Amino acid sequence: MNTTTTEEKSLFFAGNTKSSDLKGRLIVGSTLAAVILIIAVLFLIIGIIVYNGWDMFSWEFISSFPTDGMTKGGILPAIIGTFILVIVMSLAAVPFGTITALYLTEYAAENSKFAAAVRFSVRTLAVVPSIIFGLFGLGFFIQFIGTGIDKTFNAGQLHWGQPNILWASLTMALLTLPVIIVSVEEALKTVPRELREASLALGATKWQTIRKVVLPESVAGIMTGTILAVSRGAGEVAPILFTGAAYYLATLPKSVSDQFMNLGYHIYIMSTQSSDVEKTMPIQFATTLVLLMLTISLNIVAVIIRSRIRRKKVS
Amino acid sequence: MKDIKIEVNKLSLYYGEKLALNEISMQIPRNKVTALIGPSGCGKSTFLRSINRMNDLIPDVKITGEMLVEGVNIYDKNVDVVNIRKKIGMVFQKSNPFPKSIYENIAYGPKINGIKDKKQLDEIVETSLRQAAIWDEVKDRLGDSAMGLSGGQQQRLCIARTLAVSPDIVLMDEPASALDPISTSKIEELVHQLKEQYTIIIVTHNMQQAARTSDYTAFFYLGELIEMDKTKSIFTKPSKKQTEDYITGRFG
Repeated sequence: MNTTTTEEKSLFFAGNTKSSDLKGRLIVGSTLAAVILIIAVLFLIIGIIVYNGWDMFSWEFISSFPTDGMTKGGILPAIIGTFILVIVMSLAAVPFGTITALYLTEYAAENSKFAAAVRFSVRTLAVVPSIIFGLFGLGFFIQFIGTGIDKTFNAGQLHWGQPNILWASLTMALLTLPVIIVSVEEALKTVPRELREASLALGATKWQTIRKVVLPESVAGIMTGTILAVSRGAGEVAPILFTGAAYYLATLPKSVSDQFMNLGYHIYIMSTQSSDVEKTMPIQFATTLVLLMLTISLNIVAVIIRSRIRRKKVS
Repeated sequence: MKDIKIEVNKLSLYYGEKLALNEISMQIPRNKVTALIGPSGCGKSTFLRSINRMNDLIPDVKITGEMLVEGVNIYDKNVDVVNIRKKIGMVFQKSNPFPKSIYENIAYGPKINGIKDKKQLDEIVETSLRQAAIWDEVKDRLGDSAMGLSGGQQQRLCIARTLAVSPDIVLMDEPASALDPISTSKIEELVHQLKEQYTIIIVTHNMQQAARTSDYTAFFYLGELIEMDKTKSIFTKPSKKQTEDYITGRFG
């Protein structure tokens, strides 16, 4: 009786081990395959771009204007335009996003319905397709505000009611706002309660505590959020399509009411609107390479800052 | 017990629906050390935090009764909580220096009070650090980060930081519970010296510490004040059985 039980048991275990072993291998195998696939796709993309763009990529390429109907020359105005765009965008989005995050984490009551509505809106804003932002920018900033300004102050003369750097940057700011709000919120939450209490117990007001203890402690988080937003903004084309990006400009923009050239948009027009798409292929790849280097290096900086904060928090 | 600094009249505190302090009435004498003892969860820390209104920070806290400091009810509507906390300093259980320099930690309070003069700040920093018996250890490295100090030094720095805003009353929430015996005895010695100038209320888990450092002891149990008397009397002939059980180690 006893022996049979043991035998049955051992048989039972043996069978079980085999099938679960197989299942385990299948799972490990398929997850590994998925990971390899992702990495392979990434390397393939980067590889193709570097391979095709490297010959064109040079100091001259990034420091000169396009020539010969944009079939030769460099992409300086597109680089400058992209930088101006992300700078104006950050000037608008970072303070606004930081203030919103401050309200959500520091001032709103824990069960506040209003704060819940704001959070919901921020999350929704993050999933709105970027072309919708572009259309919104055209309708709201250019036709409503811009034309409104022209009618009221310029006697109907067209100045603000057309695409320009300001409207494109503000549209882009709306797109990147959720990224900034969420990063700053996360950063504010990591400031220990003990530090706030220490400040308040010394007779500091809430605002003094935020300004002198909470914000300095979350500067790195705010910076991370800004960089992520900038790298997102640098790569997006749809929001600026109708709001400020130009096909070709012979001069660099002089004010925020001028139009601008942009790396992402430049790639788009070079590959769809160019007079000779085949001939400009190297320019397209080299432009893509520049854009990729820009966004990837921004992301790396963000990762480094974030890991530094984590390390500091642990020690 | 003629010279009363704080008078508490039927103070009750609720966390939502839960009663945490039940009609506490007591008188805390000026320039003495009063120890609050009792088992965990008895309400002694909650009571301490209601003296400088730190409980205001917790949502859903409701307080009834009076807390009279120098005759003024600090829960009165027209009393500014910021001024209360300037007069009533607090030292926390876990030392919590700001991640700034030693100097900036001490100067923080005076600066938010509007003192900008460098010479005056220097003076306050030195006096406060001397009062907290840590000056000699840090005087050569005031610019260094406070986070590099040992646990005991950090706690004395926090005491110095509290003294820098020149409060009348200093609340201490188990200030030595996370420290080694040598640091603990330094803090206890400090408490003894500070009562010359300040009214001190100290929460402690450690009965010997209460006996060594305090003039008066209040025993809390389940949100109620069981009894308060001269420390000597509490530890030699407590009038309530619960107090006796607790200090002789029969529970808690």
